[in-house]
Amino acid sequence: MAHHAPSLPAIHGLMAEFDSAQALLDAAQKVRGAGYTKTDAYSPMPIHGLAEALGMNERKVAPFVLGAGIIGAMTGYGLQYWTSVIAYPMNIGGRPFHSWVSFIPVTFELTILFAAFSAGISMIVLNGLPQPYHPVFNTARFSLASQSAFFLAIEATDPKFDAEQTAAFLASLHPREVVPVDH
Amino acid sequence: MDVSQKTTQDPLGAVPVIAPGYSYAGITDKLSALVLTHNTPTAWFAFMAVGFVLLMCLLMSLTYVLFKGIGIWGNQIPVAWAFPIINFVWWIGIGHAGTLISAILLLFKQDWRTSINRFAEAMTLFAVACAMIFPIFHTGRPWLAVYWLLPYPNTMTLWPNFRSPLIWDVFAVSTYGSVSLLFWYIGLIPDLATFRDKAEKPFIKKLYGVLAMGWRGSARHWYRYETAYLILAGLSTPLVLSVHTVVSFDFAVSNLPGWHATIFPPYFVAGAVYAGFAMVLTLAIPLRAIYKLHDFITMRHLENMAKVTLVTGLIVVYGYACEIFFGWYSGSLYEREMLRLRIFDGYYPWAYPALLLCNFIVPQLLWVKKYRRNIAVLFTVAMFVNVGMWLERFVIIVTSLSQDFLTSSWAPYSPTRWDFLTFAGTLGLFITLFFLFVRVLPMISVFEMRTLLPEAATKTKPEGGSH
Repeated sequence: MAHHAPSLPAIHGLMAEFDSAQALLDAAQKVRGAGYTKTDAYSPMPIHGLAEALGMNERKVAPFVLGAGIIGAMTGYGLQYWTSVIAYPMNIGGRPFHSWVSFIPVTFELTILFAAFSAGISMIVLNGLPQPYHPVFNTARFSLASQSAFFLAIEATDPKFDAEQTAAFLASLHPREVVPVDH
Repeated sequence: MDVSQKTTQDPLGAVPVIAPGYSYAGITDKLSALVLTHNTPTAWFAFMAVGFVLLMCLLMSLTYVLFKGIGIWGNQIPVAWAFPIINFVWWIGIGHAGTLISAILLLFKQDWRTSINRFAEAMTLFAVACAMIFPIFHTGRPWLAVYWLLPYPNTMTLWPNFRSPLIWDVFAVSTYGSVSLLFWYIGLIPDLATFRDKAEKPFIKKLYGVLAMGWRGSARHWYRYETAYLILAGLSTPLVLSVHTVVSFDFAVSNLPGWHATIFPPYFVAGAVYAGFAMVLTLAIPLRAIYKLHDFITMRHLENMAKVTLVTGLIVVYGYACEIFFGWYSGSLYEREMLRLRIFDGYYPWAYPALLLCNFIVPQLLWVKKYRRNIAVLFTVAMFVNVGMWLERFVIIVTSLSQDFLTSSWAPYSPTRWDFLTFAGTLGLFITLFFLFVRVLPMISVFEMRTLLPEAATKTKPEGGSH
């Protein structure tokens, strides 16, 4: 069994629940404005600008897709060139071995195949999924995060985190309630 | 209510995309209760019974094909493609509407797509599954199909011929199938999490939990999720256009009279969307009645689908006109004779008028608003289109093949009972899979429906200074 890091805080963090998407978005902006960085918000549907309000500025999925698309195109064309020109050249109806026009459809399909799967897989991997356990599920009402409620968590590893002050700050944002999140 | 009227109605004052009076919890409860319930509608069992009986017919007929060989079908020389390829093209075409609704309408920000995209995507997957059965069994020895179809290093160092449209087809259809599955699954993840949190039985909870992969609705996750979903839509759009284009190459790249025409790719793509929307209507109308989804699949959805059906139908008819013009203008004796035989006095003089009735004349009813909003008329028209698009592939494949260049090799084709049984069997596979899907997964995207609510509209305040 691994040792717990000595500095591990007693709780995962504090979580405030809000009634609406707008309230969550406003609170997220204030939390960031107050200097908290280890935060996350949870909502039953995407809310535009929420991740940015928490300070997220990441453009990683798109470059993966571009890279994978290029690899897919090279794989498709390379496969056809290698099999038709190098590995087993065959005269089919007098067409040149390197009949590039005929190689376009398969090249196109593999480009899409690689790019699409990289979009899906990079989203899942960057999100750290599949994740069998996460402390936020320990709070009583968190199951509503996938249904109708909006949550904002400040994690205890945040340098500005202080159990009392942070709880008071979250309470000032007019949440429905503020609860501690166990590990 | 005023706000809801404003944000969910279109500017032309049509019916809203979701009936007023719903909250986040209301949508979630109503849509998840369709699955997490003990009260399965009686109609579900009726459809499932029909589907299951037909599915057993499929297993029986495919077993017999494996046992005896494809001689039990009506395929002969010259009509070697016959039923299997007609059915393949029909099924693959039907799939296209699912991708069109989920991807292309997403890119165009058509919010009415939201309540129909999930089951339309499921329809795509199941239609592709039905389609793939035919070419694989049509090879005669399906256990060797991997060797014929896919490039893999084998002991004879042989490779597929990449100059053949049939191999392009393998890549197009398999890419289409896998990307559609991925797109569908990614779309399902947040709803699977909802089901995980709503389910009461521990085993069911675990099952949805595993499928949801621990999704917790984090803002950072949503951010990447939306990026990936948009990219997938952007990639699926050219993909879906390419798939039926490649299918049409199977015909157009050959030099057979009646097939060798440049109009084929756009004409096939339009035909696919046409057939697909008719099938979406065929499925949506009963589903709406069985599950009382009138608040989510509103008249506006049905009317919009009717309009798309009408427009794509007219493009298909334009394709018919082009075919006739090309045949005549080519000046080729064989092309002109083929047209005469196809339309007037070939082996199948009934087929072309029947095709025009189903695909051209009957759908003109959809010009009239009263008929677009009449469920019975809409369903009837959709059924005509389903039949008509099957007839179109029959006309293209059988008339061109049975009477080509040499009169000495002409031969009329007629399908056997096994042809019909196999085709009916794939309908059974489709119905069975579709109703299983409806029973265990959210048939309407719950999280996307939440975004349609007026209170989901948010504004970023400038003092946040987040950009």
